[in-house]
Amino acid sequence: MKMNTRNLVVRSIASALAVVLLVGAGSLVFAKAKDKGERVISIKVKRFEYSPKEITLKKGVPVVLELKSLDVPHGFNLPELGVRADVLPGLTARVRIVPTRTGRFVFHCDIFCGTGHEELEGAIVVKE
Amino acid sequence: MAAHINRRDFLRLAGLGGVVFASGLAYSASAATSKDSKLEEFYWVQLSDTHWGFERPPVNPDAKGTLRKAVQEVNRLPHKPEFVVFTGDLTHTTDDPAERRKRMTEFRDIVAGLDVKTVKFMPGEHDAALDRGKAYRELFGEPSYTFEHKGIHFIVLDNVSDPAAMIGDVQLAWLKAHLAKLDKNARIVVFTHRPLFDLYPQWDWATRDGAQAVDLLMPFANVTVFYGHIHQEHHQMTGHIAHHAAKSLIFPLPAPGSLPKRQPIPWNAAEPYKGLGFRSVEAAAESASKYEITEYPVNKA
Repeated sequence: MKMNTRNLVVRSIASALAVVLLVGAGSLVFAKAKDKGERVISIKVKRFEYSPKEITLKKGVPVVLELKSLDVPHGFNLPELGVRADVLPGLTARVRIVPTRTGRFVFHCDIFCGTGHEELEGAIVVKE
Repeated sequence: MAAHINRRDFLRLAGLGGVVFASGLAYSASAATSKDSKLEEFYWVQLSDTHWGFERPPVNPDAKGTLRKAVQEVNRLPHKPEFVVFTGDLTHTTDDPAERRKRMTEFRDIVAGLDVKTVKFMPGEHDAALDRGKAYRELFGEPSYTFEHKGIHFIVLDNVSDPAAMIGDVQLAWLKAHLAKLDKNARIVVFTHRPLFDLYPQWDWATRDGAQAVDLLMPFANVTVFYGHIHQEHHQMTGHIAHHAAKSLIFPLPAPGSLPKRQPIPWNAAEPYKGLGFRSVEAAAESASKYEITEYPVNKA
């Protein structure tokens, strides 16, 4: 099969549109969160580190994670809480989390970003 | 078939191969039987996750020798396999495009020592994700393709050239169109790098749109998937489709979710090469969905 240039361009345009939608949805999430006085936590991502790497939340208290990439495209995937986002350079990804159970939940990058990609992870700790 | 009997007898008498796993299901065996003259017995060898260029002595102090040992082991098999397939991560990732090509060239030169007529390749994310498969295509060709061999329809799926670990709509459409030409009882084997199902997403052991490929394959009675990525033997069913993960030839990884972190199992000097190996897969004649998998170590070379 040939994955020709045209296909790649179509994919890129589709991705760009998806990003616009994500950013739009993220802005809405952010505006609503601000209205409600919800806590917004900023997370910076670069090869190969999330900063902060560990975030402590309180069970039942919603927060908005605001993610920015400082270099290349990264992912933010938190499967146990059903949350994922593309974190693309120059854009802000926002995801709202309402932690409903206590525990330590690992998040990781799911867009291959280089030699240390497989070590790029962090954790959300939810306490009572 | 004499060769078949001899090979099996050899395995039994010599005690070669650690584990024999018979893949196949009673309810799919009715799709074709030994009376079906289209079914032929033969075997191939699967090697995976060789990560040429990886250098971490505490994990594998023989990183430059393990692949060569595996090549020697394959060449020592008493009967030549019909073909050898590498299911991705041929090389260890590097940010340097020149170094990537150098590693691929070295890998290709080493595996040229395999005493078989046909060697099939596919990329892993370490080979292809950083440049969307550009270097891989230069050295190995298209990352997804099909081929026929003795009544089996082989499909190679690329779920790594997209750095987001997706097969993608274009390739899924190609797969759908391709499958539309096949009989529902066709004997189908899929080779891919990452699991097509959510094996353990917490460790990124999944393909984001893998379920769409499985859905497309589901109407077919005799489908088996062989893959790599997780550096260990693993067998799982999605419906009637069997998925078999292969060992690595550089370092083993822990069982899914068995440790807090996914990290290589360190080298054990008391048991060198433990957890590493390759496998043979024998297509049985008595059933279109039956495969006999034999695991081989690499420490005898």
